[in-house]
Amino acid sequence: MIHKNMVALILAGGQGSRLGAMTRKVAKPAVPFGGKYRIIDFALSNCSNSGIDTVGILTQYKPQQLSSHIGIGTPWDLDRVHGGVAILPPYMSEAGGDWYRGTANAVYQNLGYLDQFDPSYVLILSGDHIYKMDYRKMLDAHIAAGADATIAVIDVPLEEASRFGIMNTDETGRITSFDEKPEHPKSTLASMGIYIFSYANLKKHLEDDALDPASDNDFGKNIIPAMLAAGENLQAYRFEGYWKDVGTVQSFWEANMDLLKADNDVKLFQNDWKLYTETASIPSQYIGAEAKLTDSLISEGCVILGEVEHSVIFPGVKIGRNVRVVDSIIMEDCVLEDNVIVNKSILLTGVTVKANNVVGNGADIAVIDEGRVLSGSGYLN
Amino acid sequence: MRDYMAILNLAENENDIRALTTNRPIASIPIGSRYRVVDFMLSNLVNAGVRNVGVFTESNSRSLADHLGTGKPWDLNRKIDGLFLFNHGLCNLMYTDSKLIKNNMEYIYRSKSKDVILSSSYMVCNMDLAAVAEAHEASGADITVVYTHTNRADTDFSNCFTLNIDPDTGEITGAGKNIAVGKEADICMEIFLMKKERLTDFIYKSTSLNSVGSFYNLIFDQLGVLKFNAYRFEGYVSCINTVSSYFKSNMDMLDLDVSSELFRNSDRPIFTKIKDEPPTLYVKGCKVGNSLIADGCRIEGTVTDSLLGRYVDVEEGAVVENSIILQNVRIHKNAHLSHVIIDKNVDIDENTVLKGNEFFPLVIEKRNLLR
Repeated sequence: MIHKNMVALILAGGQGSRLGAMTRKVAKPAVPFGGKYRIIDFALSNCSNSGIDTVGILTQYKPQQLSSHIGIGTPWDLDRVHGGVAILPPYMSEAGGDWYRGTANAVYQNLGYLDQFDPSYVLILSGDHIYKMDYRKMLDAHIAAGADATIAVIDVPLEEASRFGIMNTDETGRITSFDEKPEHPKSTLASMGIYIFSYANLKKHLEDDALDPASDNDFGKNIIPAMLAAGENLQAYRFEGYWKDVGTVQSFWEANMDLLKADNDVKLFQNDWKLYTETASIPSQYIGAEAKLTDSLISEGCVILGEVEHSVIFPGVKIGRNVRVVDSIIMEDCVLEDNVIVNKSILLTGVTVKANNVVGNGADIAVIDEGRVLSGSGYLN
Repeated sequence: MRDYMAILNLAENENDIRALTTNRPIASIPIGSRYRVVDFMLSNLVNAGVRNVGVFTESNSRSLADHLGTGKPWDLNRKIDGLFLFNHGLCNLMYTDSKLIKNNMEYIYRSKSKDVILSSSYMVCNMDLAAVAEAHEASGADITVVYTHTNRADTDFSNCFTLNIDPDTGEITGAGKNIAVGKEADICMEIFLMKKERLTDFIYKSTSLNSVGSFYNLIFDQLGVLKFNAYRFEGYVSCINTVSSYFKSNMDMLDLDVSSELFRNSDRPIFTKIKDEPPTLYVKGCKVGNSLIADGCRIEGTVTDSLLGRYVDVEEGAVVENSIILQNVRIHKNAHLSHVIIDKNVDIDENTVLKGNEFFPLVIEKRNLLR
């Protein structure tokens, strides 16, 4: 057995039901983001940039596109002889089988996967957050504090604190108590859903938790409170930088628009912390003589003849003449024929808007379902 | 079609395109904003189902080896067959050791294919080689030669082989060189189909003869001896062997009809090495028109009638027109470029003005990233 110092597990089984049509066919981590990526690329790229070469991805809800996106992990340099990427769906065994019933249960069911690497530490991540983070620094802090668990936290505005799991800490950063979505928050340090555990201790807690029929088998609700109750050393690791949980259509749209600032906080153009993704071999983008482009991200394979303002355009999109796209996200292989207006809309993969149509009213975000063909003329939402 | 192996002969004449080949062979010159010259023929082979490609290069192949890697982008990183790189060309066999030849011949013998496609890389086109193979097989010829008819022989295809084709029988009666005196010519595209043994015969013969001339001369010496079939290619082709033809070929790709045929054909895509660059950011105030732009660029200035490679920054007030900018170039504020070719890794200082013209584009050579 080759020992791995730290193994990462990415929780990628969630549906993300508040994203509506966007997650009708794919799990939330596989939702396209930022002009050429999928949401899980952030966590995966963080792993490879942090030198983590063993990553298990726990899937459950509609995993097909997610699994095919990940493949054998080549884009993230995770196609390794030992370790590398492993997709971990729920499974049957002699004693029957079960779906993952909560985050802790999902990890519990994969203790066998973890054991084969004899890890000292386990990093638990969400597959649906937008951020760039060096997990090595977090591990250094975990080791320096002699912690049993370290939880990454981010300072949020007080008025938003009741939407998050809030960590209350002492002056050294040790967590004293934890409140899940508190009505009256005592602190503004929100959990980012990123945990480092010393493995032996985590394993013991997961096994105890599995025996408790009353447990929700959830890290936030059960494991962390149990550790606190046992008087263990839990540390808050403060993260400074851009972090967004794209849980709703509104926050998904905002996070995409955040990328359009020349020096965007996500640092899309940061060369020493690249974002990796599965990329097809397609031509460069062609910008026509009459095109007008303002504050937009445009990907390869596009043919842009019209006007694009403050929008994110995915690969292979065709935008015809006299088209105006504003404040919108146009996903892969959409076709906007001539004389079309798209205003504050999210067009999912493969949408065709026939000539002389208007999509979106500019007030609410219009989401157009995958593969739809919008014909006729007039306003469409 | 039968099962073919392929030999890509990249020992190509660089005499008139030196400015772009100081660090690389013609095959790995960047073209069309994100490709390399060799991508086209390599993709043509793969799209026709060829799974065994031997690449014969001369020295100076570091850039090529880096580009081709294990052949993954072309799906040629195979356990069975795949991509093989040989560090000597077929043209200068007299300079290579007989042992080296023998070792390379072993590769050709070992392949299970009985037929071979021999090709150069510098004729950029998107060709249905499966159709060529079918025609070759149907003709019963010993050797099929692919050619194109041009009416620009006075400016393009300089120094290429020309074929004399009998207008009545369609037979090749002779082969010569294009010395650019007339406009009309049938140009050999340096794509040959034949039996594998036939090719090995040619290689042995050229080695034993210490032939200094082109390897292809040896093939044409067999005109009248073996049965030849001429296959006329009707599609777009540009010959990358001079700076001006390179410039013109790139500018041709700004035409949507040309690019649709060359690299927007979903049945026969052109594959290339994948990099991990973000989408291109068009900042407020930028003006971009009739241009091919790779991912990873940041554009605040003006770009018209130009091709930009990956990671090109065009700062505020800078103007790029009728130019080819290769990967990783930064064009600082208020610089003005017209009819220039900027090779990789160059910084263009603020307020710099560089101008060439259509026939003599100005080439700024690649800078090594050592500072």
